[in-house]
Amino acid sequence: MNYNSSSIPAIQAESLTKEFGDFTAVDAITFQVEKGEIFGFLGANGAGKTTAIRMLCGLLQPTSGSATVAGFDVFTQPEEIKKNIGYMSQRFSLYEDLTVKENIRFYGGIYGLSNEAIKEKTGILLERLKLHNEAGSLVKRLPLGWKQKLAFSVSLIHDPAIVFLDEPTGGVDPVTRRQFWEMIYETAYGGVTIFVTTHYMDEAEYCHRISIMVNGKIVALGPPSGLKNKLNADSMNQVFLKLVRQS
Amino acid sequence: MIEVNNIRKTYGDTVALDAVTLSVGKGELFGLIGPDGAGKTSLFRILTTLLLPEGGSATVNHHDVVKDYKKIRKEAGYMPGNFSLYQDLSVEENLQFFASIFHTDIQTNFEIIRSIYEPLAPFKNRRAGALSGGMKQKLALCCSLIHNPPVLFLDEPTTGVDALSRQEFWETLHELKKKGVTILVSTPYMDEASLCDRIAMIQAGHLIGIGTPAEIISGFTKPLWSVSGMDIYRLLKDLQDFQQTDSCSLFGNNIHVTLKNGVADVSALKEYLLRKGHETASINPVAPVIEDCFIERMKE
Amino acid sequence: MSVFFSFIKKESRHIIRDKRTLLILFGMPLIMIILFGYAIRNDIGNSKIVVVDEAHDPYSAQLIAEINASKYFEVSRIVGNEASLNHEFQQEKAAIAIIIPPDFSHRLLHLKTAQVRLVADASDPNTATILINYATAIVHQFQQRLFPSAAISLYIQPEIRMLYNPAMKSVYGFVPGVMTLILMLVSAMMTAITIVKEKETGTMEVLLASPLQPPLIVLGKITPYILLSFINALLILGFGILLFQVPMRGSWFLLLAECVLFTLTALSLGILISTTTSNQQTAMMLSLGGLLMPTVLLSGFIFPLKSMPVILQWFANVIPAKWFIIILKNIMIKGAGWHEVWAETGILSAMTVFFVIISIKKFKTRLS
Repeated sequence: MNYNSSSIPAIQAESLTKEFGDFTAVDAITFQVEKGEIFGFLGANGAGKTTAIRMLCGLLQPTSGSATVAGFDVFTQPEEIKKNIGYMSQRFSLYEDLTVKENIRFYGGIYGLSNEAIKEKTGILLERLKLHNEAGSLVKRLPLGWKQKLAFSVSLIHDPAIVFLDEPTGGVDPVTRRQFWEMIYETAYGGVTIFVTTHYMDEAEYCHRISIMVNGKIVALGPPSGLKNKLNADSMNQVFLKLVRQS
Repeated sequence: MIEVNNIRKTYGDTVALDAVTLSVGKGELFGLIGPDGAGKTSLFRILTTLLLPEGGSATVNHHDVVKDYKKIRKEAGYMPGNFSLYQDLSVEENLQFFASIFHTDIQTNFEIIRSIYEPLAPFKNRRAGALSGGMKQKLALCCSLIHNPPVLFLDEPTTGVDALSRQEFWETLHELKKKGVTILVSTPYMDEASLCDRIAMIQAGHLIGIGTPAEIISGFTKPLWSVSGMDIYRLLKDLQDFQQTDSCSLFGNNIHVTLKNGVADVSALKEYLLRKGHETASINPVAPVIEDCFIERMKE
Repeated sequence: MSVFFSFIKKESRHIIRDKRTLLILFGMPLIMIILFGYAIRNDIGNSKIVVVDEAHDPYSAQLIAEINASKYFEVSRIVGNEASLNHEFQQEKAAIAIIIPPDFSHRLLHLKTAQVRLVADASDPNTATILINYATAIVHQFQQRLFPSAAISLYIQPEIRMLYNPAMKSVYGFVPGVMTLILMLVSAMMTAITIVKEKETGTMEVLLASPLQPPLIVLGKITPYILLSFINALLILGFGILLFQVPMRGSWFLLLAECVLFTLTALSLGILISTTTSNQQTAMMLSLGGLLMPTVLLSGFIFPLKSMPVILQWFANVIPAKWFIIILKNIMIKGAGWHEVWAETGILSAMTVFFVIISIKKFKTRLS
């Protein structure tokens, strides 16, 4: 069955668990992310977020439970999953000493795009980011905001079903940040699922739904407004602090 | 405590700081807020005597940053942005070392760090590299406080730590402030502004606003509306096309909008949204936050 | 002073806790010494020698018998003339040849002087030198036995010809070379890396913004490395002398003093590198490319300087390692004293002062 034309959720996890020896890093998490949703995956340092994401990306075999990503099973089809997801982190995405065009080419290449496809994508991408004049510039010469937009676009080059974003807007000025979120919304509007992890609760406010992990378990799940109401809090920051301090 | 007068610094063609002027009073918790590359670190390095300004003057505790740099080095506490301690030394060894370079020891000024050090004490023999992010941050703060400095410079201390540790960190800063320590702290996160007594907003080497958080928010002159609805992205696009829109951008799950004629345009906006099929959209007046103010001043 | 002491304590902890680096620091000199030591020793026993006996007389026969009896040589062929010699070398049937001229006995007895010629395959210069030395020694022994009385001034003059590498004059002992290399490595590379590491962790900024005097920061960082280098030097000397019977004919005091001097040279270079770089990889690359390569290639340690193009020979003069190797060799092997090495020591000292001044100038009290 084709994921795109089906009603399969983008991510479906059932009692997903990962143990390292005696230590349970991820403790039976169950959640679902709909197609085209912007999903915030929050948690304190060491709460098990990274382990959970690695399992969802097909990089780590779960101990028990089940999960599908873009319709593929994390136990049996990790390679299929990798082909259908994109990844962007503020820190490590682009090669600073390659030009804008070379970066696009490289990432197109590793996802097996044909030369024609890469050429076409490069054109579309540069047009959309208004980066035509900078196509031959080294990435390190670009302002931080542009780098982030470029990194995000590059993570979408192979039309993935889901993109994982790690603290996508850390350190940029607020105008650029709001523009960046506009891009994310646009992408989600086009049917791509966005999975965001961040330490910054004001980034969390932008998500459709949020999950908060504490000690390997998901302790809260819902839209930001719902969580704020439920915990009688003004901001996601307060929601987070209340939940983490409770446990 | 800190006086900065027309400070200027360039790196080749890039202007890092352009005529920056600010003043921090004794016992104040002052925030320097701006994105990466705005010039925060350059200002910190000038005030901690690590960089020479190209123009203007500055004093820290009445000592000139150029002439009396030795006095500042004796007195001031400084935690650089990338400060990550000595990973291979234990908690106690780190603290001991930083005490010794200021010609003091852990005991002499222990009172100032007592409450911060308490949660660390059980791990005093653990290597700094094996501590959690929040713990490292606490230890780093202890190390920069161990000589009981009257003024403390903290360059982006909350970058990369989780929300709980950040909250605790700010609580600690408020305790230090009560003890009379003057603190200049920088952060790229607008939502931390409200935790400071006064803030300066910095963008591309220019200060674009200075004052208490309340003053800055009250300086936002236009009425601001928060528009929410079912299909936020389409709503945003339609708002951008609306003729009377002055500014509009995403803010969390809503859209912050200002209108060219303020309140006078609201009814027209309502009609417009209905015409565009946003029956469920709601328009509510909303108080601006620091981020809105920052954006407004950036445009000027 | 207590600041300095706590600095040293902290620095020593860094060193002791970094087990991998420690292993490299002390393991590498051992491995190098053993490799170089045995690599040289291996070829020596029972090397093939071709004798060109143009004399065919009792004396020549006696000389040949003596060569064959030695543990170093095994006569592979005795031929009547030189014509086939090149062929023998190319087929690797001989590493060395001795040519006894037709009038050997006659000259020896009547002209009171005789000449034999030694020809060696110098494509491996180390081996060639050693073989020539052994052969010369045998010839001299032979002459001593024939004419024990010193009153008769008869002597055999071996004429040495190095094949394939005629410019090669001599090969230095490996111990001075390894010592130079290790001291360079420990002192320069390690200090450069350790200073740059502080820049990476932001601790350097804190140190600079503290009341510490910048020279004290540098001194505190390098002192443990001076000690470490010194231990390393002793280790190498010990192994060289005990395991491989490398001679130590000069003054120990002078030798160790020179070691300290060279350590300082290398340290100042390390500081210089650290002032121009901001991450550990760059510091490592610069140390390897800028210091170790020239030390290996242009110091005369492995490749003889005399056979290099003049430009490279000039360039070698600015490489501290060249002078240090000369000093070491002179003291250890020739038993030279201060009078013989003062010039080289002077050059090395001048270089050190120069580098120290530059590195102090570059290591400013501020960041830029």
